[in-house]
This record gives sequence, structure tokens and C-alpha cells, in this order.
Amino acid sequence: MTMKGHRPAQVSALFLALLLVLALAAPWIADARGIDPTMTDLLRRKEPPSAHFWLGTDDLGRDLLQRLLDGGRVSLLVGFAGALLSAAIGAAIGVFAGYYGGRLDAVLMRVTDGVIALPLLPLVIVLAAVDPQKIGIPQAIAQSETFSLWRIVAIVSLMGWTTVARLVRAATLSLKAQDFTRAAQALGARPLRIMFRHILPNAMGSLVVATTLSIGGLILLESTLSFLGLGIQAPAASWGNMLTNAQELLQETPVLALWPGLLIFLTVIAFNFLGDGLQDALDPRSERRA
Amino acid sequence: MSRYLASRLAEIAITLALMSLIVYLLIGLMPGDPIDLMISGDPRMTSADAARLRAVYGIDKPLLERYLAWAGQALHGNFGYSRSLNQPVLAVLGPRLLNTLALAGTAFLLSIAIALPLGLWTAARPRSRADYTVNLLCFAGISTPPFWLALLLITLFSVKLGVLPAGGMAEIRPHTPWPEAIAQQLRFAVLPIGTLLLLQLGGYTRFMRAAMIETLRQDYVRTARAKGASPTRVLWRHAFVNALTPVLTILGLSFGGLFSGALITEIMFAWPGMGKMMFQAILDNDYNLALVGLLFTTFTTIVGNLIADLALVAVDPRVTLASRLR
Repeated sequence: MTMKGHRPAQVSALFLALLLVLALAAPWIADARGIDPTMTDLLRRKEPPSAHFWLGTDDLGRDLLQRLLDGGRVSLLVGFAGALLSAAIGAAIGVFAGYYGGRLDAVLMRVTDGVIALPLLPLVIVLAAVDPQKIGIPQAIAQSETFSLWRIVAIVSLMGWTTVARLVRAATLSLKAQDFTRAAQALGARPLRIMFRHILPNAMGSLVVATTLSIGGLILLESTLSFLGLGIQAPAASWGNMLTNAQELLQETPVLALWPGLLIFLTVIAFNFLGDGLQDALDPRSERRA
Repeated sequence: MSRYLASRLAEIAITLALMSLIVYLLIGLMPGDPIDLMISGDPRMTSADAARLRAVYGIDKPLLERYLAWAGQALHGNFGYSRSLNQPVLAVLGPRLLNTLALAGTAFLLSIAIALPLGLWTAARPRSRADYTVNLLCFAGISTPPFWLALLLITLFSVKLGVLPAGGMAEIRPHTPWPEAIAQQLRFAVLPIGTLLLLQLGGYTRFMRAAMIETLRQDYVRTARAKGASPTRVLWRHAFVNALTPVLTILGLSFGGLFSGALITEIMFAWPGMGKMMFQAILDNDYNLALVGLLFTTFTTIVGNLIADLALVAVDPRVTLASRLR
């Protein structure tokens, strides 16, 4: 598998790797620069870029660059974790439906079609607005940053598994008719072993492509929810919630609205190019090779 | 045909019933209830008053019991009142539906009118400079955060240039001649329609291009070329018509999502449509309105899906209703 010749995908991989390293190293970068990204300073609001604040400060006097890096960590985490979780759910549903077929298949695929037909955004907003304390989660946990982060991951993956489920089901249908599957069955391997040792590894290529392609959409969804005030809650930084009051800032300091949006855009487009490149590399019938 | 329709209609009914139950339960889990809002609005209310009000509105009953009561009424066509707007839900819904249809429908038609020829044009010259450029722009459209695009357009056209209104709808005075009324409304619609257009165009174009490339690779296209059919005829008469079938499915799916797809755009431009209404209703704890809005958008999505399937049977003789019935 090679992405030779797919220039956008190569550039994207480089960009994402750089972003990932910077986002993960954010706390150390902050230490090295002698900056506390959480400290507000009302005397230093909306400062232009300087030797100390490389990109200037936001409307509460916090260092913009550090906030952007922290927000990047959140967005990348939600994107990766959400994509992995939805891939896991989708793969499990797809392989069971495809392998057993019959009634189970019919029911699972009807459910999948049903979820695809749901109005995604309003439903996600309802899910994000649910009060976790009303389902018996203690207040201390419900209001913690970690909880709000994983809750978003759970919400976005609840909506994202359908593509993978259909894909894996289709792959399973063709793989279960192949000789190696029959050989495993003849040797007396149990269904679970066949599904997870023989079928899924062979569907891994298209699974990786679909997962990569889904990350961008999930990051968009997270940033939209955070922008609406229903995702990552302040004071924690996320590219989405950094834009929440951008509408007011636009007149005075448009840069504050420019950077977070630009980073969302670049990250999402990079994941989409990467997925596209992987798809081309994987598909021998791809037009680039033809 | 009738067996197929009956099975699909039953499916729609089941989906809507399940959806209403799930959403009803979820909305019950949102913070606060309408009585809380009344208490915070009126300092003289005591907790005894609140308890009495809860009993009057039936909010003290278990959630499931309340859902059954709601469903019973809904089946008789009574969808209740919007608490935040003090109007029957259906009266609130009507005008907003039209507003969304005007906005999203126009954007949808414009996107198709541009995306289909554009996808066809790029598919006819794969790997050319034009193809790469269009592809790059498509990726950009797909990857742009909707709210950020809206912010940028507002900044440029409303704040900096001051040529277009930043949001809302025109208030047309009575007796305005209709060409002028439309012109006034259009000024407000340009930015939201433009936003939707830029967001949707990329996906449709890429899809059309992919479908065309796939079709151009088929044997019958090679046969047509070998027979000496002109390139234009091959492209339109042999390839385009066949590439339309997958595109039709996608269009049917997106048409159903029209009513909720414009949610962010409506919020950003304060366009009084379905999406903005649902969002506000959810924030305001307006159970009835949010629930009916969500059910309606689900309904249109499923129906769009059904229409796409029926259209597929109509245009492609290889697909039969029986084969679509699993």
C-alpha cells in the first residue's frame, strides 16, 4: 500500500503529524514559554502578537497559541476516539449481520437504515442537552471536564457507526464464502473466532479508509456542538467553543475568529485528503492507476 | 407495488413511533422542567404552588405514562401547545416550514444545477488541471465548518462591505407589489443560500464525478465509442443517463434532510425556519415543539428515502420493487 503520487495526502499526513506532536506537547511548550494558558489577565486583553504572546491574547487575556494547541488536543482526541469507537460498533454489527445472515441480518440492517434516516443534527443537540444528573450520575462527575469530553465522544460515535456497519457487512458476505473461511469452519473453529480472526482482519483495509474518512466529519460535529455551547464547556478550550463569542469579536479583533476556524478547516480537509489517498492506494481499480 | 408500499409505510410508522418514544424520554432528561421556569419567573410562587402546577400539567406522573397520554392525543391530530410561544404547535410549525423550504429548497436546486454539469465536465477530463482544481475546491467545501463560513460571509458582506443584511428576514409591508417584495426578501436570503450552496456543492459534485467515471468505464460506453458515436452523444446519451441512478438515491436522501440540514445556517443568519425553531425549543425546554419538529424532520427524511427508491425503479428497469423488498 502506497500513497505515492497523491500529493495532497502526503502533505496532509505531514500536517496532521506536526499538529498531533504540537498538541500533545502543549503543556511542555507552555512551560518552556513560561505561560499559564488558563490564567486570565484582564489588563492584557486582545493584545497583538508579541515576543511573549506569539499570536497575541484572547478576549480574556489568555495566550491564543496555547489555547489553540489545547483546543487541538481536544478536537483530535474526540476525532480519533469517536472514529475508533464508531468503527468498533459498526464492525461488530456488520460482521454479525453478514456472518449469521437471515433474520438477525434483516433486523440489524433495518436498524442501521433507520439510524441513517434520522435527522442527525437536531438529535445530537437533544442528546447533548440531556442532564446527566437525571440519569443518576453524581454531580461531581457530571460536571467534570473528562466527563464532558467522553460524553461528546459517545454522542458522535452513536451517530457515526452506520457507514462502517454496511461496509463490514458487505465485506463479510463475500469473505464468508471464501475457501479460508470454509477451511476454518471445517477445522471446527467457533463462529466468534472465524469472525474476529479470519474475516475482520481481511476487511481491515476498507475499515481503515472508512475510519480515516469519518474523523473529519466527527471533528466538524464536535466543533459545531461546542460552538453552540453544548459540547466542550469553557474554561476548557476547544476550537469550537473559542468561536462561540466570535460574532461579537469580529468587529474589533477578527484574528480571534480566524485562527480556530482555520485550524478546524485545515485539520478536517487533511483527514479527508488522507482518507482519499488511502482509498486510492487500496483500490486497484482506482482511476489514478487506470 | 401495493405490498411494497404497505411494507415501507409500516416501516415508517414503526420508526416514527420509536423515535417519538426515545425523544420523549430524552427530553424528559433535559435539565429543569417548565414549572422550574415559571418559578424563576415569579418570585411569589411557593413550593406548594409548584407542586399543584405539576399536578395540573401532569408533570408529576411517570415519564412513560406521560408519553402514552401524549401519543394518544397525537394520534388524534392534537399535538398540543408550544409553551414558549403560547401557540398551537402546528400553527408555529407552518410558517417556519415554508421559510426553511424557501431557503434550503433554493440552495438544493442551485447546488444540483451546478453540481451535475460540473461533475460531468470534470469526469470527461480526468486528471486534468481543471479536474484537480475542482476536486480541491470540493474538498474545501466539504471540510468547512458551517458556522465559521457563515461568520466569514457576515464579516465580509455585512460588516466590512455593508452591502447585505447580517440576518433575519425582510418585513414586507402590506400592499407591496410582489416583484419588490421578492427583491426585498432576496437581499436577506443571499448570504444564507450562499452558505448552504458552498457547503453542499462539493459533496454533490464529487458524487456526480465518481458516478460518471464509473459509468465511462463500462463496456457499453466503449461499444458506443467504437460504433463512432460522437463524444458529446456518448457523454450525455450513454453515460450521463446511467450515472444518474446512484445520484438519484443521494439526492433523495438529501432532499429528506433538507428541513434539518439548514439548522446551523438558520441559527447563524437568524432565519426563522425549522432548524432554528427546533434548536430554540430544545434550549427553552419546549417539549411539544421540539418533539413535533424532530418527528416531522424524521418523517421527511424517510419519505425522501422512499421517493428515491421509487424513482430508482422508475428510471432503471433492472431494479424492481420485489428486489428492493428484503
